[in-house]
Formats: sequence, C-alpha cells, structure tokens
Amino acid sequence: MNKHTIVALMQDRPGALNRAVSLFRRRGYNIESLAVGHTETEGISRMTLVVESADVEQVVKQLYRLIEVVKVSDVTDDPTVDREMVLVKIHAPSEKRAEIVAISGVFDAKIVDVGATTMVIEMTGTPAKVENFVDVIKPFGVKEMMRTGRIAMVRGTRGHGAQAYELAENGHTSEPVAALN
Amino acid sequence: MSEQRTGAQIMCEALIRDGVEVMFGYPGGAIMPFYYAMWEYRDRLRHVLVRHEQGGGHAAEGYARATGKLGVCIGTSGPGATNLVTAIADAMMDSTPMLAITGQVSSAVLGKDAFQETDITGITMPITKHNYLIKNIDDIAYAMKEAMHIATTGRPGPVLIDITKDAMQARIVPNWNFKLSLPGYKPTTTGNTRQIREAVGLLMKAKKPLIMAGNGVQMSGGVTELRELAERTGIPVITTLHGIGSFPEDHTLSIGMPGMHGWVHVNRAIQECDVLLNIGGRFDDRVTGKASTFAPNAKIIHVDIDPSEIGKNVKVTVPIVGDARNVMQALLGELPARDAMADLHGNASDWLEHIRDMQDKHQHRQQYLNRPDTSNLMPHDVYAALTRNLNSRGPYRVVTDVGQHQMWAAQLIDWQHPRTHITSGGAGTMGFSVPAALGVAVAYPNETVWAICGDGGFQMMNQEMATIIQEGITNVKICIINNGYLGMVRQWQELFEQKRYSGTPLSGPNFAKLAEAYGWRGITVERLEDVETAIAEAYATDGPVLIDFRVEREVNVFPMVPQGVSIGEMIMENPTA
Repeated sequence: MNKHTIVALMQDRPGALNRAVSLFRRRGYNIESLAVGHTETEGISRMTLVVESADVEQVVKQLYRLIEVVKVSDVTDDPTVDREMVLVKIHAPSEKRAEIVAISGVFDAKIVDVGATTMVIEMTGTPAKVENFVDVIKPFGVKEMMRTGRIAMVRGTRGHGAQAYELAENGHTSEPVAALN
Repeated sequence: MSEQRTGAQIMCEALIRDGVEVMFGYPGGAIMPFYYAMWEYRDRLRHVLVRHEQGGGHAAEGYARATGKLGVCIGTSGPGATNLVTAIADAMMDSTPMLAITGQVSSAVLGKDAFQETDITGITMPITKHNYLIKNIDDIAYAMKEAMHIATTGRPGPVLIDITKDAMQARIVPNWNFKLSLPGYKPTTTGNTRQIREAVGLLMKAKKPLIMAGNGVQMSGGVTELRELAERTGIPVITTLHGIGSFPEDHTLSIGMPGMHGWVHVNRAIQECDVLLNIGGRFDDRVTGKASTFAPNAKIIHVDIDPSEIGKNVKVTVPIVGDARNVMQALLGELPARDAMADLHGNASDWLEHIRDMQDKHQHRQQYLNRPDTSNLMPHDVYAALTRNLNSRGPYRVVTDVGQHQMWAAQLIDWQHPRTHITSGGAGTMGFSVPAALGVAVAYPNETVWAICGDGGFQMMNQEMATIIQEGITNVKICIINNGYLGMVRQWQELFEQKRYSGTPLSGPNFAKLAEAYGWRGITVERLEDVETAIAEAYATDGPVLIDFRVEREVNVFPMVPQGVSIGEMIMENPTA
C-alpha cells in the first residue's frame, strides 16, 4: 500500500467536496488527511488529499469526471513542498517551561498561549518534521492536539495554478481546460 | 419579457426553451407549485401522471432511449424523491440523458426533519452525473439550463435538480441572458489525430480484427458510420447488449452478441482476435467475463467519450477519447479506399469464414434447435413468432425487462434497426419494461411497442398499465414469458447450487384477467398452436394488449459463461444428471 498525495482544483460550490471525497469512500479507501481552502482565484478551491491505497489512478480519472473539478494531479512522485501545521496544548507547570521553550526553539515552533499550567505551541513543517516534534513534546503530557493535514505544492515552474480558471465577468470561462493539461 | 414569473413558471419555461415536450411525474406537497404552474403551459408541456415515481423514471428513460432526447421525470420531496432513486441509478449505468425534478421542503425548514423531507441530493450524489439543491429563485433558470446541458452532452446521464417549495413560489423577472460557467466540464468529442492514425495502422495490419459496437454508437447517432466502417474494411461486427440495433443482424458482417449469454463463436472470436476495436462500449464484466483473460491476443483500441472508462477494466493499446460518431468519421477519413485495402479484406474475409465455421459447429441459436422433449410451450417458439411478426408488420420498438426473457430476446429476435432494442443493461432493473414501454409509446404513438418481461419483473411495475389507459395509449403490447419462477436466479440455483430453489418459485394473479381489469385486452397462451393467433390478435386490437405466455417452467439460457471465468469457457447445455 502506498500513500498518495492528490491535489485537485474545484469550483467552490456546495457539495463539491462531498462529491470528491465520496469517490474514495465508494472504493473503501481511508482518507488520511484532507486540507481544503481558497486559491488565488475567486470561486476555485484547492484540495490536498492523502490517501493510502495500492492504486488511485481510476479514482483520479473519476475525480476528473466530476463537473466541478477542473484539475487533478497525483503529485506523489513529483518534487513538492509539503507542509503541515500542528497546534498542541501541553501540560506545562512552571518548572518544565524552560525545557519546553528550548525544544520549541529547536523546531522553530512558536509558543502562542501560556496558561496557569498549560502552553499552546504552534509548529509548521514537513509532515515528517511535525511527527518528530510531536514525539518529542508528547512526554510532557499532551492535553489537546490538532493537525491541519498536509498541503502540497509542486516545485519549480510546473504548477497547478488556478488563475487559468478565472471566471470572466459574465460567468463564462475564457480558456478551455484541455489547453492547460 | 420583463414580466414577473414564479420560480415554478421559470422551471416550465426553461424546459420549453430546451425543447422538452413531455414529463412523467407524480405530484405531492413540496412540488405542488410546479404543478400549479404547469397547468398554464399544458399545451406545450405534456404531463403524464404515472402510478409510481419509479415508473415515471423508467418512462423518462424509455422516452430518452428511443428518441435520443432528454427524458424528464418529476417527484415530490421525501418518498416521491426516493422512489425515483432506482430509475436514476438505472439511467446512470446506461448513460441515459435524464432530468429528475424533485420538490423540496421550504428552505426555512430544510435540514430540520420537516414532513416529507429527505436529503435527495445527498442520496443521489453517487448515482447522478450531477445534482443541484436550489433554494433561491434567482438560481432556477441557470441551474435548469446547466442541468439539461450536462444531462445531454458528453457521456449522457441523469441529473437531479431539487428545488425548495419557497423558491418555486417566489417571483422575479427572470434573466435568461447568461452563459454557462463550467470550467471543469469540457467533454472531448474529437479523437486525437495521432491516436486515430495509430488505430488505423493497427487495423490495416490486422489478420483477425473485430469491431465491437457498444451503446455509444447509437447514442452518438453513428449507425451509418459504423456500417460504412465495417463495409469499407470488411471487419466483422459484434454488438453488445446495448449495441443491438446499431448494426443489422442480417448483414454478412454481423456476428452477434458477446459475453455471458453471447454466442460461442463470438466469444471464441474475441479470444482469438488480434485487433479489437471497441466503439462506445465499456467492457462491462458481463461482456468480458474474467477481465484478465479477455481477448488475450488482441491489441485493443477503445473509443469512449468518458476518459475514466479507458483502461478501467481491460488494458488498452490505443485509447481514443471522443464521441463515437465523430471518431468513426475520423477513422473513415484516415482509412484508404476499399480497393486499396486488399490485404485487410483478404485477411478479414478468411477470418470471417473461420468465425462462421465456429458458428456452424456451435449452432447459432442452438437452443432453439435443441428442443427438449416436452409438449409445453417453449419460450423460443414465442420469440420465433414475435420475430416473424416484428419484421413483417411495420415499425416497432421492443423494451425488455431483466432476466432470462431479456437474454432470449437479445439472442433470438432478428434485430435490424437502431433504437428498437431498449433494455436495462448495467443496473439490471427488474420492472423496467412496462413503464419504459409507456415512455417509448408516448414518443412513438404510431409504432408498435412491445414490452417483453418475465412474470417477476412484470409484477414489480405493472401499475403503469393504468397510466397507459388514462393516457389513451393504444400501441403498447405486453408479452409475459411466464414460467412461475424468478427464472435467471433459478437457473443459477440449478446449475451452481444443486437446485436449491430458495426464494425463486413465484406465483401471480391471472395476468389476462388483471389486464382486463385495467381495461386492456388480455390473452392467455399455453399451447404452441395459439402463439401466432394471439400475436395477430394483439396487432389487430386497437388498444393495449397483454399476452400471458405460460411456458415450460425450467428452461435455461444458453450459452452461458459462469461468473468469474474466461468467456472462452462456456456452458452450452444442461449438464447431464
């Protein structure tokens, strides 16, 4: 079983995300992480999805078939910049704080909240580095943790930009999708 | 045009603008505003009141498949909408252009478990090409246009549009001046030139080439092109279940149907062929058998408008994404003239002769010839009589249901004309035939529409016989192949489960009397000598007729490829006990 990172651009309409993830559900694939947000183009959202499965080619084709999906890539084997963010609330009595601050410094993590016996730390990095940070910080006692899931962007000029899908004023797109593949 | 319209009026006008003439539906609370509005458009927009929403869905499918136009069905919220689900799934599997319109509870109570509220867009998401939940009157005109565009273009399919009651009741001055914004939907209709040349190269060098015609040929209107392609190259043509009608079966190059109940010589030809050109078929498992063993010696050229079909089930050498008709035209453009293809013609004709030898050896329509020792009526005799009548009595359409009778119809009727064979293929929906025949009859009131079904499928949807009477439809004739079993399941139980007839013996009412109760003419036939008379009577009657053919109960459909094995391994007859 391989982990696949799939990036998709889709129209920002109700139900679009549901339709996309449903295709993975239909095959019984477990989605490991999912991050969705706006792109540089209004009306177009970008989804980064990590899924563990032997073969995702058919699902990628079926994603393409969805009316709202404008572009899909399996970027697993592409050189990408991968990032993930984690927020951790840890047990931090005063005698432990110096040590926590020092470790956070090593990982370029930020202390974003300090309570009576807790601290909230924000850390951003590659998923592997985030994993590493979490392992190191865990022994202090994690009270809450939230990870965003991976977002990925292909390095260099080859890209996955959404500008090409800019909607013209009359709601009609100017450029055919085929030209951009 | 600057007058105010209700949302429901806008729905009607949107339908009329896109050429819709007829809708099959059933009213209810949430859809009432649409029914209120459609009254004033009734001279242009015919409404057929069905007896069950599923029947309305299948009627819309029948209409769409016979005409190639959009089929429209309507249901209210909740159970009205869920009753459409089976028909929508059926349309999805067989790529039928369908618009399903459902009423939804008012937006103010949406999501609050209101009376007759069901999340129908959620339910139908995986079985529609696309769907919409419309809560705002401003979105109706656009969504209707986009929905109909999506349903009828590219690979056609069902689109559902769920509109809240308040959106239908609100009023605005409609704006029809918009362009569709579908950046993610640009179906490729023209095949890639390089791949078309590559395909031509493969065909030219082929020694044992085959053309397999699927649903896409008729849907794209490519029947003429298919014939020209076959005649120019001399390549034998296989027609899949949905390809039936795209190539006349009396043509010298027609070799028949492949697959689970296809002909032995066709399946053997597939296993031997060196180039297989599949036009608009999707290599369904009922065609391929065990996919990894399918056409082991062939380079496969796959023409499909849906890129996600290519490489899905079998490995393809030359993929061509495009509209079937368009691609066939391009292939014809690249192919040399007939005279310049002496090699191919020589090879193809030797190959055809070899296929015909196999055919003789395995007896085409063998089952009809291998008559069991019984005085009971054999189903095959009914089909033989039907075929004689169909081809001598003017234009016809045949709608079949699902099961043994469906396979016999595909095997035993001489199919000649496009869009005359209408059946539920991919989904295999029992109950399809009677309502679908209603839809076909609405589209073609001057043709004879035969619904062939089993006694099981008939009893699932026979309520539409009342619709047929209410609509004054006279050209539907139902033919029940009545064997008192759910025959196909019984056949599997007989062959693979030691005759454990679990849940398959089936009783029914006296179908002829039931027909009379509906206001139909009902005929019961139990003996061979009465078959022809009954069919003649059905033709002579100016009104709907049902014939209950009580046939030998335990007859099997052969040849048969058991599930999960290679199509080369066919069962030809009952194993001797």
